[in-house]
Amino acid sequence: MIGIDNIDRALLRELQKNGSAKASDLGKAVGLSQSAAWRRIKRLEDAKVINGKRIVLDAVKLGFSVTVFLGVKLAAKGRVSLEDFERAVSAVPEVQLVQHVLGMYDYRLKVVATDLSDFERVLRRRIMTLPGVGDVEANVLLSEEKRNFVI
Amino acid sequence: MHNIDVIDKKILRLMQIDALLSVADIAEKVGVATASCWRRIGRMEKSGIIKSQISVIDPKALGLEVEVSLRITLDKTQTNAFDRFIEAARKVKEVNEIQTFLGRVDVRLNILARDMAHYQEIYRSQILLLPHISDIEALMVITNVMTKDGVPL
Repeated sequence: MIGIDNIDRALLRELQKNGSAKASDLGKAVGLSQSAAWRRIKRLEDAKVINGKRIVLDAVKLGFSVTVFLGVKLAAKGRVSLEDFERAVSAVPEVQLVQHVLGMYDYRLKVVATDLSDFERVLRRRIMTLPGVGDVEANVLLSEEKRNFVI
Repeated sequence: MHNIDVIDKKILRLMQIDALLSVADIAEKVGVATASCWRRIGRMEKSGIIKSQISVIDPKALGLEVEVSLRITLDKTQTNAFDRFIEAARKVKEVNEIQTFLGRVDVRLNILARDMAHYQEIYRSQILLLPHISDIEALMVITNVMTKDGVPL
């Protein structure tokens, strides 16, 4: 873990909006020269605070209009290996997020589908058939805001 | 749904796996000319299929070791419960995701905290004061097993 100041925070906020921004533009946005901005970004990358880049696609425009979050409880703990479940669930193409959690459920999954009947197919054929699956709760996503965090 | 063909899909698939691939690399893998690949990517950016490219920030590298999903049921007998709750939740800076659902859970807040003591402080002095909560349930993230978080193309 490295220490960061308010200028680093401002840079990280900008980079969460636009990962391909140039050092000169980032510098301008936070009141630094291009080289000073570059040095700070380099330091954040070396410390793995900035851990790669990714593209954000519009799922709805690509025909995936339904996103469902599932809470999954394993049926018989101890008898099923977590690794087997994790490997199998991660291989389902429609599953886009797998979190091992502590609480009412064992896993939290994000499933993307073209419509509700497509989701039903994924649920029945791909999720309910996973090794060790017990109780499953589904919540259909209505809206989402992600915020550029840096506390 | 927008018009994209098999080649566009291949391009997006590669970009989702590795956002740092050059257009020339993508073109070669897909088997089209670089100029044509440029045009295709440009068109998908313009139509909003490709929304943006972002840097991935690792909260753990910033010392935020604790991540909790708070699943909240609201008191829907109150009119505007959703709007008033979300407006207030936006003001909590440790909340980095707000989602609303159709299902047993109404709203989910994702909380990032330094440690359990910090989480407890956020929970007691900020979350519990949010309006119209009828029930809260917490899931603490042990590990992110898989985080593609994209579109299955």
